[in-house]
Amino acid sequence: MTLTALLQVYVFILAGFVGFFTITRVPPLLHTPLMSATNAISGISLVGSLVLAGSGHDSTSTILGVIAVTSATINVVGGFMITDRMLKMFKKDDKKPAAAPKP
Amino acid sequence: MRETLTQALYLAASVLFILGLRGLTSPAHARRGMFLAEIGMVLAIAGTLLHHEIISYTWIIIGMIAGSAIGAAMAILMPMTAVPQRTAISHAFGALAATLVGVAEYHLHAGELSRGTMAALGFEVMFGSLTITGSFMAFGKLQELVKSAPVTYPFQNFINITLFLVTTGLFVWMIVDPSNGTVFYTMVALGLLIGVLIVLPIGGADMPVVISLLNSYAGLASSATGFVLGNNVLIIAGALDGASGFILSVIMSRAMNRSFRNVIFGAFGGETGPAAAIGAGDKTVRATSAEDLAVLLGYAHSVIIVPGYGMAVAQAQHEVREVMELIEKRGGEVKFAIHPVAGRMPGHMNVLLAEANVPYDKLKDMDEVNGEFERTDVAIVIGANDVVNPAARTDKGSPIYGMPILNVDQAKNVVVMKRSMATGFAGIDNALFYNPKTQMYFGDAKKPLANLVKELRQLE
Repeated sequence: MTLTALLQVYVFILAGFVGFFTITRVPPLLHTPLMSATNAISGISLVGSLVLAGSGHDSTSTILGVIAVTSATINVVGGFMITDRMLKMFKKDDKKPAAAPKP
Repeated sequence: MRETLTQALYLAASVLFILGLRGLTSPAHARRGMFLAEIGMVLAIAGTLLHHEIISYTWIIIGMIAGSAIGAAMAILMPMTAVPQRTAISHAFGALAATLVGVAEYHLHAGELSRGTMAALGFEVMFGSLTITGSFMAFGKLQELVKSAPVTYPFQNFINITLFLVTTGLFVWMIVDPSNGTVFYTMVALGLLIGVLIVLPIGGADMPVVISLLNSYAGLASSATGFVLGNNVLIIAGALDGASGFILSVIMSRAMNRSFRNVIFGAFGGETGPAAAIGAGDKTVRATSAEDLAVLLGYAHSVIIVPGYGMAVAQAQHEVREVMELIEKRGGEVKFAIHPVAGRMPGHMNVLLAEANVPYDKLKDMDEVNGEFERTDVAIVIGANDVVNPAARTDKGSPIYGMPILNVDQAKNVVVMKRSMATGFAGIDNALFYNPKTQMYFGDAKKPLANLVKELRQLE
């Protein structure tokens, strides 16, 4: 195993730990937004797709690249927008003290 | 110089992603957190556009405009009830991007890639391809384009295990002989096939586990892409996604009392519980009417509502909120008890109720609320079945024995709102319905709830 590969494994494992400890603290209340948020973040494959679509190697890789850019962008844009739309709906009870006495 | 700037932007993006996910630990700062993650994504894209290999931006711009238009349309137009489907399909898009990058990488550099890179590439296209078709199948089942009941056929396990072994064999072969294109592309094809086959035998109620698992696989595919391209931001973001999906699938499988091994191999849906005879013998149920129910609820001090998939199907969340408001207006206290696997994806019920303007501090998790049923006047179960079945606590012979449930049967009065006496997903009878404290209120959730709202209004 080369040194670079070893360093990549380092990064992967440490990021996995950070993810684990962060995400175990997300309450079940927000599990659906969590999923759409991580989904948007996994649209990071866009980074690889962009280079592929723009480097003009041959037409096959350009076509694959454009499809990849499109689908990754769907994930990024759609994922973040839907997450925000959901999070906007979560409201606290603002009329709490107004619990009327029983008639 | 350019390269350093790119790497600095990637580092900033990675930090912002982590901070963004941290924001999701509380609804109060979740939106701010997501804003950070969005900035992170913009930085990562900006850093990539500086890449020296990019010579033309034409196709990049076309792809990004098309993707933004489709993504935005999906996010704006989609009704909240379709969240599980959308999530499933977007896993497919993410995995598709990762797989195509992997295939192109092989197409361009086959033969010059090191063994280590080939291994990463193998993981990338294998996780990617099975996530593409698996997610499409999950989407089809959730959208009811495909029969959502588990599909089984003879020698299912044998075929799946054989396919798995063949694919693993091809994976090893590909590392030994990297220039052999046939091996590589056969492996991709088998990955696509496995994706279909693992989701085929899965029924609707198992969807929360499957969606979480596919979420994790999509993340791992992105991470593997990072290994292939030597790109740290991909590795980190993919690992975060992978960890998240993994944790969710563990939580979901625990809540369904499935073993951990079951989750890893995705081999579920095998045991179909006995289709027990319903209403047989001397067991009787007590049916109730909207009028009686309104009186019971109108004078209750504390009410806990237990929503299930039935509420989502009937889209009755708005009526449920009205019932809540009317009870509160009369001085009663209302809470919602949410079982982790209620619905078709993790947190499904919370989103639906939040959409219907139920304040989130009334939505309680199982552990938080289970001790309160004893002190509760009325528990209303709306379209849920197995998650409130006391057999999970008491009957060792029951297929769901050991599954954590909501202790609805400890409430002073129980009302079960259900379409009919049909069994739940596990196909087993529910002793709760025959409990003397229980009243059944039959119907399709939406209409009977509307009637209940009317009766509650007339109580004045």
